[in-house]
Amino acid sequence: MAGRGIGSVMASLGWTKMALAGLGLALGTVSTLAQETPAVVIEGVGAVVETQAEDDHAEGGVPHYPLEKPERLDWSFAGPFGAYDAAQLQRGLQVFQQVCALCHGLERVAFRTLASETGPFLTEEQMREVAASVMVVDADTGDRRPARPADYFPGSPAFGSARPAPDLSLMAKARGVSYGFPAWLIDGIIPYQENGADYIHALLTGYHAAPAGTTVSPGTFYNPYFVADEAIGMPPPLSDGRVAYADEAIPETVDQYARDVAAFLMWTAEPKLTDRKQLGFQAIVFILIFAVLLYFAKRQVWRNVKH
Amino acid sequence: MEALSRWQPKSRAARWFESRLPLGSLIHSSFIAFPTPRNLNYWWTFGGILAFMLAVQIVTGIVLAMHYIPSSDGAFNSVEAIMRDVNYGWLLRYIHANGASMFFVAVYIHMFRGLYYGSYKAPREVLWIIGVLLFLLMVATAFLGYVLPWGQMSYWAATVITNLFGAIPVVGEAISTWLWGGFAVGQPLLNRFFSLHYLLPFMIAGLVVLHIWALHVPGNGNPLGINVKSRQDTLPFHPYYTTKDLFGLAVFVLFFAWFVFVQPNYLGHPDNYVPADPLVTPSHIVPEWYFLPFYAILRAIPSKLGGVIAFGGAIVVLFFVPWLDRSKVRSARFRPVFKTFFWLLVACAVGLGYLGSQPAEGSYLTISRFLTAYYFAFFLIVLPLLGKMEKTKPLPTSISEAVLNDGKTAARAEA
Repeated sequence: MAGRGIGSVMASLGWTKMALAGLGLALGTVSTLAQETPAVVIEGVGAVVETQAEDDHAEGGVPHYPLEKPERLDWSFAGPFGAYDAAQLQRGLQVFQQVCALCHGLERVAFRTLASETGPFLTEEQMREVAASVMVVDADTGDRRPARPADYFPGSPAFGSARPAPDLSLMAKARGVSYGFPAWLIDGIIPYQENGADYIHALLTGYHAAPAGTTVSPGTFYNPYFVADEAIGMPPPLSDGRVAYADEAIPETVDQYARDVAAFLMWTAEPKLTDRKQLGFQAIVFILIFAVLLYFAKRQVWRNVKH
Repeated sequence: MEALSRWQPKSRAARWFESRLPLGSLIHSSFIAFPTPRNLNYWWTFGGILAFMLAVQIVTGIVLAMHYIPSSDGAFNSVEAIMRDVNYGWLLRYIHANGASMFFVAVYIHMFRGLYYGSYKAPREVLWIIGVLLFLLMVATAFLGYVLPWGQMSYWAATVITNLFGAIPVVGEAISTWLWGGFAVGQPLLNRFFSLHYLLPFMIAGLVVLHIWALHVPGNGNPLGINVKSRQDTLPFHPYYTTKDLFGLAVFVLFFAWFVFVQPNYLGHPDNYVPADPLVTPSHIVPEWYFLPFYAILRAIPSKLGGVIAFGGAIVVLFFVPWLDRSKVRSARFRPVFKTFFWLLVACAVGLGYLGSQPAEGSYLTISRFLTAYYFAFFLIVLPLLGKMEKTKPLPTSISEAVLNDGKTAARAEA
């Protein structure tokens, strides 16, 4: 390892190495959990990573995800003046309800918030309709009943003894692909903070046949964008025409569905984004003017003083 | 002290109070009339910025604590409730979370400023030591606070760091168990971390008072690093430095606001939006950016105990800087060789920060070891040797001479 040049390491920098280290950490922990002490995470890293690194250049075999980075899209909520597009969020809600909700929960989102002006902006009636179409378990009586505005979307349904699919409420903030240095720094200045939505879109549109020689273990699918585990267990959820949009002008394609549901999940993860950016603009302008005034006050005070 | 006796309140009631508790005189002599060198640059505004940040963190923290639930079941949910349902809860939390980062931005600049201008040298050694203690408390507070949202990174950061104590021979295991209040990170740890996270900021506030007191005995240092010799060398703190500090603060707050409003999650880690799960280890455990250089040092040492010693040593060595640096000249302006080594140290710290964010393997590890070696060599070898060997530039005779001659002396010295 030590004999490898900086160049070669730099070239293969980024996700490959991170995935390796990740795997190393995961393996390290599995073994430590067996000893009933979640300890020595750090110790584990070095040793495990070294052995894994040898397999890195082997042809074929089980790939280390993610293999590709998400494409960056043009989101309405990007940038300092970004805001959610209510029509897009409504379409995204539709995709979520008709497709995602079969397996995924959204337990941090209250139905009442669907009427939010800076969110999907449903009318009071539409919002009540959406709530009434979902069955929830009443916290007091334990009975199943149609949801009311104050209720929350249900969590991920359990199928038998299988581990339920992850809840999607925070997914757009809980996933991010590292672009490494210097992209990381540039993103902070531009600013570009939409990696979570990009990731969801890339994942939903990223399913395709595995290249020859790549092993895809049973029960999993080939998706080069997946970051959260060794391989994705979710079958391709979307297909062209699966969801019927009311607006004829919007294409009913996997790409469009993925964009809409990614935007919707960005809203569920960060419902106050539009409010934040609006208030932020006012706050920053205020502080800027205040700073300029302070600058002149300071100049005035110091005008006859050498320093 | 001269100013202290001169200040008299105008109203009779205030004079009555003043004769019993001379609070007004204390404030007047410390923050109004206080003689301050006339040549302080903007690097000196970070002390005031840090005081402001402490206040911001305490105020937002107290309000957040009104809504936060320190339980392993409720913590993550209560933080999300703050983000979604508490009025302006998102603002409070983003100010508090990014405020921690801004606090460290300011403290690192403040510390490097102290190193560059030799602010730790006689008669300011105690001032410096209190500063290092403040930094230690800040590190502890930030770490404790990061655990509270009880996301994946919170949980695993707590696991990694509390496990470090296990490296101590003989008693290590017992200390880890004692910290956890059990046999793994869980409810008892979260509860005590919350309690301590609330306590430490007030200890910081107390030490800040001592820090300012220790500053006001010898008075401020200055970019030339020479002593104040006459009244001409100084200006009253108000209005000169109140206006200058306020302007510096406003620019800093602008920078802060950019993060809070435009990219509040930029400095955080996506995994912390996943609730803590003891059965799933995140693929890549990293601390917050401000701990990355120390994390790199920790991992650079091949043995766990050695890593822990180096990790602690990297901060402890700062306590001894006033005695490690043997040079009589304070400011790096007059120490050309020191200046080079200083900037190398800055580059080394940034480099270690980057390496701390990368996996500890291959060239990353090799470079981390070199940089760790340089970090310690700077304090333990370079500082003592330079004091003997470096040929320093001639110092100006006084601040006013340097400043009033249009800075010619200073410019000549700088060249």
